[in-house]
Amino acid sequence: MNTLVSPGLIRRVGAPISVMLAASLALVIIGCALLAGWIAPYDPTDLSTFDLMNAEIPPAFTADGDSRFFLGTDNQGRDLLSAMMYGARVSIAIGGGAVLLASSIGVFLGLIAGYFGGKVDALIMRIGDVILSFPTILMALLVSGIARALFPQAATAEWAPLILICAIAIHEWVQYARTVRAATMVETAKDYVKAVKVIGLPSHRIMLRHILPNVMGPVLVIATINLAAAVLTEATLSFLGVGMPPTYPSLGTLIRIGNEFVFSGIWWIALFPALTLVLLVLAVNVVGDWLRDRFNPKLRVKR
Amino acid sequence: MSHRQPPVLEINNLRVEYPLANGGLFTAVENASLTIQPGEIHALVGESGAGKTTIGNAVMGLLEKPGRIASGSIHIGGKLLDPTSGSADGVVLGRDVGAVFQDPMTSLNPLFTVESQLTETLRAHLKMDKAAARLRALELMKSVGIPEPERRLKAYPHQLSGGQRQRVVIAAALSCDPTLVVADEPTTALDVSVQAQILKLLRDLADTRGIGILLVTHNMGVVAQIADRVTIMHRGRVVESGPTAEVLRRPKADYAKALIGAVPRIDMRLDRFPVVGDEAKGRAADAREAIRAKAFRADTTVDGTEILSVENLCVDYVTSGLIPGSRGHRFRAVDNVSFKVNSGEVFGLVGESGCGKTTIANVVAGLVKPTSGRVLYQGKPVAGEGGVRRVGPLRQAIQMIFQDPYSSLNSRIRIGSILAEPILFYRLAPSRAEAERDVAQLIEAVGLDADSAGRYAHAFSGGQRQRLSIARALGARPRLIVCDEPTSSLDVSVQAQILNLLKDLRDATGLTLLLISHDLAVVRQMCDRIAVMKSGKLVEEAAAETLFQSPQHPYTRELLSLVPTLDRIRGETESAT
Amino acid sequence: MLKVLLSRLGQAALVMLVVSAVSFVMFRYVGDPVASMSRENASIEEKQELRRSLGLDQSVVVQYGRFLKRTLSGDLGISYRNQRPVTELIAERLPATLELVIVATFLSLALGIPLGVLCALRPNGAAARIVQAVSLIGISTPTFVTGIVLILVFAVSLGWLPSFGRGQVVDLGWWSTGFLTWSGIKSLILPGITLALYQLTLIMRLVRSEMIDVLSTDYIRFAKARGLPLRYIHFRLALRNALMPVITVTGLQIGSLIAFAIVTETVFQWPGMGLLFIQAVSFVDIPVMAAYLLFVGLMFVVINMAVDILYAVVDPRLRARSA
Repeated sequence: MNTLVSPGLIRRVGAPISVMLAASLALVIIGCALLAGWIAPYDPTDLSTFDLMNAEIPPAFTADGDSRFFLGTDNQGRDLLSAMMYGARVSIAIGGGAVLLASSIGVFLGLIAGYFGGKVDALIMRIGDVILSFPTILMALLVSGIARALFPQAATAEWAPLILICAIAIHEWVQYARTVRAATMVETAKDYVKAVKVIGLPSHRIMLRHILPNVMGPVLVIATINLAAAVLTEATLSFLGVGMPPTYPSLGTLIRIGNEFVFSGIWWIALFPALTLVLLVLAVNVVGDWLRDRFNPKLRVKR
Repeated sequence: MSHRQPPVLEINNLRVEYPLANGGLFTAVENASLTIQPGEIHALVGESGAGKTTIGNAVMGLLEKPGRIASGSIHIGGKLLDPTSGSADGVVLGRDVGAVFQDPMTSLNPLFTVESQLTETLRAHLKMDKAAARLRALELMKSVGIPEPERRLKAYPHQLSGGQRQRVVIAAALSCDPTLVVADEPTTALDVSVQAQILKLLRDLADTRGIGILLVTHNMGVVAQIADRVTIMHRGRVVESGPTAEVLRRPKADYAKALIGAVPRIDMRLDRFPVVGDEAKGRAADAREAIRAKAFRADTTVDGTEILSVENLCVDYVTSGLIPGSRGHRFRAVDNVSFKVNSGEVFGLVGESGCGKTTIANVVAGLVKPTSGRVLYQGKPVAGEGGVRRVGPLRQAIQMIFQDPYSSLNSRIRIGSILAEPILFYRLAPSRAEAERDVAQLIEAVGLDADSAGRYAHAFSGGQRQRLSIARALGARPRLIVCDEPTSSLDVSVQAQILNLLKDLRDATGLTLLLISHDLAVVRQMCDRIAVMKSGKLVEEAAAETLFQSPQHPYTRELLSLVPTLDRIRGETESAT
Repeated sequence: MLKVLLSRLGQAALVMLVVSAVSFVMFRYVGDPVASMSRENASIEEKQELRRSLGLDQSVVVQYGRFLKRTLSGDLGISYRNQRPVTELIAERLPATLELVIVATFLSLALGIPLGVLCALRPNGAAARIVQAVSLIGISTPTFVTGIVLILVFAVSLGWLPSFGRGQVVDLGWWSTGFLTWSGIKSLILPGITLALYQLTLIMRLVRSEMIDVLSTDYIRFAKARGLPLRYIHFRLALRNALMPVITVTGLQIGSLIAFAIVTETVFQWPGMGLLFIQAVSFVDIPVMAAYLLFVGLMFVVINMAVDILYAVVDPRLRARSA
C-alpha cells in the first residue's frame, strides 16, 4: 500500500502515520466496495447463484467451513463476503449520495443566507432550526415511513436508495448551510469583498468567484465527518427494517439478518458486516478529525 | 533618599530565544538592558516584531512556549527571576507585579462580575475574607476613578464602557499593592479622550504610590506624554535608551531618528514624511505618468471645482432590540451632514470612533444606503433608484481603500487577477494582454516589482498589501478615492511611506482623496481641508491650517488638546514651538 | 431577556404548527382516517356516520381545525395494529423511554464532562490518548452494534445482566418505574450504556474542544497574569466558560436521545415509545406514527425552550442590562 504514497507526499500532507493508515484503510474498503461488481466471488443479487441448501455455513477458516465461501454464508445461502462487498457498495453509495446532495443544497443556501442577510437569511435559518429540532434518525424514519405508505414500491431495491438519500440529506444540509453562512458572513465583512462591491461586481460573481473558495475549507471537514454519519444513519435505518431490503442488502441489513441468529451460535452473519462497518466509519472519522484539527487556526502553534 | 531602594526592575543583557519547528533558532530579544526606579514610568517602544512585548512577557514569567530565556538576568525588586520557572523567590506575579493588557474587553471574563474578578486576586494572594475583599475592591474602584463604584461592582464587563473596563483592569493589577506594573499597549484600543484619562491615571499612580511602570507601546505620542525614560527597540535589539526628552529631541541612532521623524507632526505641515530608504523613484514616476494619461483622457473636470457634494445626509441603523422591551432601537449614525469636496484636493474627515465618519465613507462608496439626504458626484446622484446600486460611470469614478491590509486582498486569487478584475470588468483594456500590461504598470506605480502579479497576498507585508490595494483602486481609473483609515493598522515607518505614496499619486494624477482618520496628526499632514465629526454631526469644517491654528468649536479644541504628541514632552522645561 | 423568551416562544409555536400539519397530512391523506377512528369490526353504517361526523367532505382548513381540536382534547385516534386508542399506548410506553433517557443523559454528562476536561488539560498524557482513541471508536460504532456486543458479552457469555425487557416494574399511579426494583435497575444498565455511549463521546469531544479554546483566551491569560492558582483557573474559571455551549448541546442531545432510543429499544426489546414507533412504521400504522411525531415534537420543543431559557439565565450577556 505504501508504494502508492511517496515520502514526498507524506511530507507535504504532513499527517501522522495513524492518519495515513486510516486513510489507506478507508480507501481499501471503498475500493473493494466500488469494484464489487468485478472482484466479488459471487453475485448476491442474482437469485440463481445461491441455494438454500448452502445456508448458514460457517467461515472457511473454521472447523465446519467450506472453502467456497470464505466468510461463510447467510440464511439464504448467499456468500457472505460477496454480500458484504455489495452491501458496502450500497452503504457507501447512499452515504456519499446523501453527502453530495446535502452539501450542494447546504452550501448554496448558506452562501445566499450569509451574503444577503436580512429576510432571506432569517427564512433559511428558521427552516433550518425547525429541521434541526428533530434528530436525523427521526426525520429519516419519517420520510421513509411516509414514502412507503404512499408508494408501496418504495420498499423495493430500486427506489430504496433514492428514498434513503433524500431522507438523510433532508436533515444534513442544515449543518452545511449554517457553517457556510457563518463563514460567508465573516468573509462578507472583510475588506476585499467591500472592495469588489465598490468596484461594482454583481452579487453572483462576488459569491462564486471570491467568497466560495474561501469558505470551502470547513465544508470539506464537515463532509468527511458527515460521510461517516450518513453511512451510520443508513445502517441504522436498514437495521430497523426501513432501509435496504434483504434482496439487496446493505451492511445494516446484513447485521439485522445476523442479529436474529446471534443467540443460536451463528455469529458470522452479524459480526463481519459489523466489523467492516465500524472499520470503515472509524477510518473516515480519523481522517475527518485530522482535517478538522489541521484547519483549526486556534490549534496552530504560534511562532 | 537616605536609604537607597533597589530598582523595581532591572534587566541585564537579556536574550530570549524561540526554537523553531525546523530546528533553527529565532532570537526575539538580544542583549537588552534597562532599569526602572520606583515611581518611574519607563516606555519600551518599537514597531511590530521589535521584541518589546516579549520582554514584557519575560518579566511576568508568561513567555509563550517554546520561548525561553537563554541568557541574561531579570531582577524584580532586587530578587532574581529564575529563567526556567519564570518566577522569583518572594516575588509573586499578581501580587508584586501587576499586568495591564491591551484590550479590556477580552481581558475580563464575560461570565463573572467585576467584584468577583477584583476580589479573587485579593483572596488568592492576601487571604482576605469575602467582606474585607469587597471593601478593598470598592476602595480600588474609587482610586482608579470609576464613578458609582458600588453599582459597578455588581456589573458584568459588557455593561461597562471601554474606558471603565480598562480602569477595572488597572484596579485588578493594583489590587495587592505591586511595586511593578507591566502595561502592554494599555491605551491602543481606546478613544483619544479616554486614552488621555487613562494615561493621566497611570502617571498619578506612579507619582503617588511610587509604582514602577514598564509601558510597552508603539505610540510615540503616549511616550512623550507620560514616560520618564524611553528605550527604543528594533528587531530585538536596544537601539537607544535614555530620558524621554533627550531621546525624542536629540536621537542619536539612525533608526531612532527615522522612527521619530516618521511620526506625523501635529504642529506644522511638512511637504513629505521623512522616510529612510524610499522606493526607487524612476520607474514609479513613469508608471504614474502613464496612469494619469489614461485616466484623464476623457475627463474635463477642472482642478478646484466641486466634484463631490454631500447634502443633508442622514443614516440610521435599526437594531432589533438588544435592549429588552423595545421593538427596535433606532441609532442615528450620521445626522444631517453636508460638505463639498473639490477636485484635486485631499479632504479629511476626522473624529473619534463611532462619530459616523466611516458610515459617510461607506455611503459615498455606495456600500450603504442613506436614510435621507443625497450624495452627488459631478452633479449626479451617486445612488440609483434602487438605493445602493450605482450607475456605470459613477461606479467606476469612486473607489475605496480600507484599513486592514490583511483582509483587503483575497488570499485565494493571484495578485495579478485581483488587480486585473476592475480593468476587465469595465473593459478598460482592449485585450487580456493589454490588461496585464496595465496591471504591471499599476504595480510599478505603487512602488513594487511587476513580478508581484504572479504571487498571492500572503507573500506580502502589511505595507506592501496596502500598496497593492491602492493599485487595485487605481485600476478602475477613478477620479475620487475614499481612504478609510488607510494607515491605522500599519507601523509608523510604513505609515509614512504609504502616506507619501498617496501624496505622490495625487500630485502625479490629480486624484481627489477623501481621507477618513482618527489621527489628527496624519490629517494635518495630508489634508487641504478638514471636517471634524462628533456623534454623527459635523461640528467644524475649515482649511487645514485654519483648523489647527485657530479651532473654533470647543470639541475641536478639546480634541487637539488631548492628542498625545511629540510637541509636549514630559520633562521638558522649554515651551513647544 | 424578554425578547429572547418571546422569540423562542414564537419559534416553538412555529415548530408545533409544522409538526401538527405534517401529522395531520399523514393522518388524513396517507392513512385512512375512518379506519383510524373506528374499530375494525365496525359496521358500514357506523363508518358512514363516522365519515360524516368527521366532516371528511369539508375543506382542508376545517378538517385541520378539527384535527387540532381532537388532538388537544387527548384523542389521537386508534392504532391499526392493536386496535387500541393511541393515547393509551403512548401513556403506557412513555415511562420506559423516559427512564432510559434519564439514565443515559446522566451517564453521558457524568462521564463525558470530566473526561473532556482531562483531555483538554493534559492533551499529551497517556490517559487522554486512550480516551480519545476509545471515543473515536465510540463515534464510529452504531448504537445497535454496541447494543449487540454488550448483550453478547454481558448477557450471553457472562450472564450478569438481562438481555431484554425492563425487569420488574413498580406502578406509581399512571407511571411505572424500574428504579425501585433490583431487576429493574439491572435491566436499565445495558440499554442505558448503549444509548449513552454515542452522546458521551460527543459531549467529551465538545468539552475538550471548548476547554482548549477557552484556555487560549485573553481573560485566562489575564487571570494567569494575576497569579491566580492554576487549579482555580482551570476548574472555577475556564470550566465555567467552557460549559456554556455544553448546556445547549445537552438539551439538543436529550431530544436526540429520545430518537436514538428507537434503536436501543429495538435491540433490547425495551417496551418504550421507540419500539412502538418502529413497529408502527413497518406496519404502516399511521395513527401511531402521526401521534408519535406530534408527541415527540412537543417534547423537543419544550426541552429546547427550557434550554434556551436556562442559557439566557446563565449567560449574563443575555440578561437585561441594568448598569
